[in-house]
This record gives sequence, C-alpha cells and structure tokens, in this order.
Amino acid sequence: MRRRANPAWLFVAPALAAIALFLFVPVFASLLLSFTDFDIYAVAALRNLRFVGFANYQTLLAEPLFWQALRNTLYFVAVGGPLSVAASLAAALLVNARLARCRPLFRTAFFLPVVTTLVAIAVVWRYLYHPRIGLINQLLAGFGVAPIDWLGDPHWAMPAILLMSIWKNFGFNMIIFVAGLQAIPERLYEAASLDGAGPWRQFRYVTLPMLAPTALFVAVMTMIGGFQLFAEPYVMTQGGPSNHTLSVVLLMFQEGFRYWNMGYAAAIAFVLFAILLAGTALQLKLRPLGGGPT
Amino acid sequence: MRLARSLLLHGALVAAATLTLLPLAWMVAASLVPAGGSSDLLANLRSGSLTLAHYDALFTRLDLARTLANSAGLAATVTAISVFVNALAGYAFAKLRFAGRDRLFRGLVATLVIPGQLGMLPLFLLLKQLGLVNTYAGVVIPGVASVFGIFLVRQYALSIPQSLLDAARIDGAGELRIFTSIVLPLLRPILVTLAIFTFLGTWNDFLWPLVVLTDDRLYTLPVALANLLGEHVQDVELMMAGAVLTVAPVVVLFAALQRYYMQGIVTSGLRE
Repeated sequence: MRRRANPAWLFVAPALAAIALFLFVPVFASLLLSFTDFDIYAVAALRNLRFVGFANYQTLLAEPLFWQALRNTLYFVAVGGPLSVAASLAAALLVNARLARCRPLFRTAFFLPVVTTLVAIAVVWRYLYHPRIGLINQLLAGFGVAPIDWLGDPHWAMPAILLMSIWKNFGFNMIIFVAGLQAIPERLYEAASLDGAGPWRQFRYVTLPMLAPTALFVAVMTMIGGFQLFAEPYVMTQGGPSNHTLSVVLLMFQEGFRYWNMGYAAAIAFVLFAILLAGTALQLKLRPLGGGPT
Repeated sequence: MRLARSLLLHGALVAAATLTLLPLAWMVAASLVPAGGSSDLLANLRSGSLTLAHYDALFTRLDLARTLANSAGLAATVTAISVFVNALAGYAFAKLRFAGRDRLFRGLVATLVIPGQLGMLPLFLLLKQLGLVNTYAGVVIPGVASVFGIFLVRQYALSIPQSLLDAARIDGAGELRIFTSIVLPLLRPILVTLAIFTFLGTWNDFLWPLVVLTDDRLYTLPVALANLLGEHVQDVELMMAGAVLTVAPVVVLFAALQRYYMQGIVTSGLRE
C-alpha cells in the first residue's frame, strides 16, 4: 500500500475531476462574474470586461422587474409547496389505506405524471387551459362557469401554472410518504386503538408525528424545486401576462442568454441561491420536535 | 360500515386516478383526431374518424426522427458514462480506505443544495472557449458525474460484505478486477435504478440543451417541441402528436422498470 499510490484515488478521480471542473469551478466563477459587467461586448472580447463591485446587486435590488420575479417565485413556493405536499400526503394515505385494492395500479397512475417530460406536459396544459377550446373550460361550462382566460388573465396565470405543477409532481412525494407510512410500527396503532382513539385521533397523534421527519425532507426538497421554476412559464406564458408568471430563473435566463448581461444574470443566480439557503435553514430550524425514527 | 368506507375510499381513488390520467388521455386522443378536431374531441372519437396524419407530418415534414435519435443518443451516452463514473466513486467512498474520505464525502453531499443554474453562465463561457457550444459534447459534459449518483451508489455499496472483498484481495485480485467481477454484479440493482434516473433526467432536461444547442438539427425533443410551438401553436393536434412522441418513450421505460425506479426514490429519500 505504501509503495504505490492508493488505488482508491483512481476510483474517485474521474468523478471528482468532473464535479470540480463542471460544478465547483463554474459556481466560483459565477460569483466572480457577478462582480463584473460581463455583457455582449465582453463575450466578443474579454478586455471589455470591468470589475464593478456590488453594482450588479445594487441595480438588481433597485429593479422592479426583479422584485416582481421574486414575488412570483415566492408565491409559487409558499402557496404551491404546502398544497403540493398536502396533495402528496392525501394520495399516500389513499393508496396506503388498509382497505384499498389494486394498490400498485393506483400508485402507478398517480406517479405517471412525474416521469413525463415537463416541456411536453406544459404544451399539453397550455391547450387544456385554452379559453375557448380548452378541456378545463369545457368541463367548467358543464357547471355553468363562464370561460376563464387561464393563462391570459394576470390573476389566474400563476395559479394555473401552480395547479399544473402540483399535478405533475405530487406522485413523487407520495412515494416517499408511502414509504414513511409503512415504516410506522403497527403496534402504535394497536396501542392507540386500545386507548380508544378513533381514526382521526390515530392520524393526529400517531401518523402525523411519526411522519414528521419524512414531511420535513419532502418540504425542503419541494421548496428547492419550486425556486427553480423555469420550463412551465417559458413554455406556457413566456413570463406573461405583463410579467405575472416571470420566475427568477426565467429572468436569469433572459438576462444571461438572451441579452448576454451575464454579470447581472450571475448576480440574480446568487441572490436566488442565498434565498434558497435561508429557506432551507429556516425549515430545518422550524423542524417539529419529537421526530420519529431515523 | 366497512362496506361504506370501502366504497368511499375506492370512489376517491378512482376519482383521483381519473383526474390524474385525464390530461394524458386527452393528449393521446387529441393527437389522433383530424386537424381542428380536438375542440370537440368526444364527437370526433365517437364518429371514429381517427388518423395518424399528425405523426406522419412529424416524421416527414418536420424531420422529428432525427430529433428523436438525438434525444435517445444523448440520454444513452450520459447514462452510460455517468453510471460508470458514479459507480466507481460511490464504491470507493463506501468500501475503499483513503485519507480524508469521509470528510470529502460529507463535503460533496453538502453541495446537493447548489442549484444547477448557479454555475450555468460560466460553464457556458467555458464550453464556448473550448468550442463545445452547439455540440453534443457540450450537452453531455455537466452530466458526466453527479453527487446524487455517487450518494445513491455509496448507500447501497455499504452493504457489500467486507470479507468478500478481503478474500479476493488475498487471492491476489487487483482492485480494478475486484470492482468489475465482484462489485459491479452486486451493485446491479442500484445501477439499474441510477441508469433509469439518469436516462429520464437527461431525456426530460430542457434548460441546459436549450442554452447549449443553437442548430435545430442538433435539438433534443423538449427543445424542438418548445420551438415547434412558436410556429404551430394553432395546430393543436400536431403539437399533441409531438408531445406523445416526447413522453411515450420515457413512460414505456418507466413502466418496464418501475420497481427499480420507486426503490430508488425511497433509498435516496429515507436513508440519511
């Protein structure tokens, strides 16, 4: 062992080299980039590049469009996240119910949207939301609801994207919840039942506390995913109507890759990252006490 | 009482499953009716006037066969490379001894909170310097190794009995030999899981190929589909055929290997 280099390094070297080169270096470079005025002229010739300190961040924080993108994204995360987790939990409870037959069939049905291609699905929902020929308005018309211009109305566009996103993703967290439910020892329910607890109290005092660690994991992952909202508005609304579905990542994409304001776009990415870290830390801090098994 | 609860439960299950599958069913049905037929889908389905004309148009007029091949080739390439690279590293982090191993691994796991978009701008500039913008290599490169993949393999590899590896070493087998003939077969289930995750992830990815690929002959299906929407937004049925073409391969793959996929989610979600 001493004489030659440890062969273990040969095993980890390809992966570490790739991760260092294509993740660490770019992330660090991105931080540097955010302190420069890298734009279309710098793309052409690097000597046009200047160090500008915190100017990009100052511009960003004074820019109403950024605040609007941030508000939209926070709405998506804060409203969509809990709804999505709740939908996942409800689906998990349904497919995991003791009386349920054909469990694998229902589980697969609920899961199917997860594996589908987001862009294709966003195209499909764009038509489902069509004010005149869309299926959703046609179904609602059956209940006497007047046609709604889902993606064209500033009030409805974000909720419409949110609904689609929940439909697309709830199956993923459902699987994690089902695993969490199955890990709860049966004897806890038996004990609760002996103590005279009905289904609701069993759910409240056994299931929910035991699921807390799973729920925390799911909530954090859902939040991280939510902050990265991009393809849905890109395909369905292009950020409209009047920027009501513009997300932070979509704004970064437009600034960086459409207008080549790369220094500015890097600053957007880092502000998003900072918010994401703060959000994760906050959720870990708010962790309900008395978690179940690890 | 029991019957009533069972009825209620199954009613809820069927209703939820119907709502979940409805958009997908609508997509398939709308892709099969004549142009303009999706606005009154039921009438068209009832009259039985179904057609494959839109799929025909995709493959002849719009040359989507090439796009389909691009997507399949890229997803297969990324999957092959990254499963191998991650398997090597994941096994080493679980079973081989080297200085700073556990600290390095914890450091890697901590980077899971870094969103992929963070390094995207400099990575693009780097690829531009290397002349890899608008090439397949540029699409493949960020997927060569993944912290998530290493993590997944390591968790699984921890359960390989040390005695098995030691016995092989005493027999004089080299580390690479041990890896290929003992470790890889044992890791098979988790590698299948990782392969499905990677294949689906690459197939479905949108932002990065959208950034890197500028020539529409190189487009992947999601990029081509988003692009097609610009010109053909009125051709609902044609767009739905394109959506089916994009979604169907991954749905079939998932259906075939579902067990591995579900297990992978649970493994990555519950073990710490």
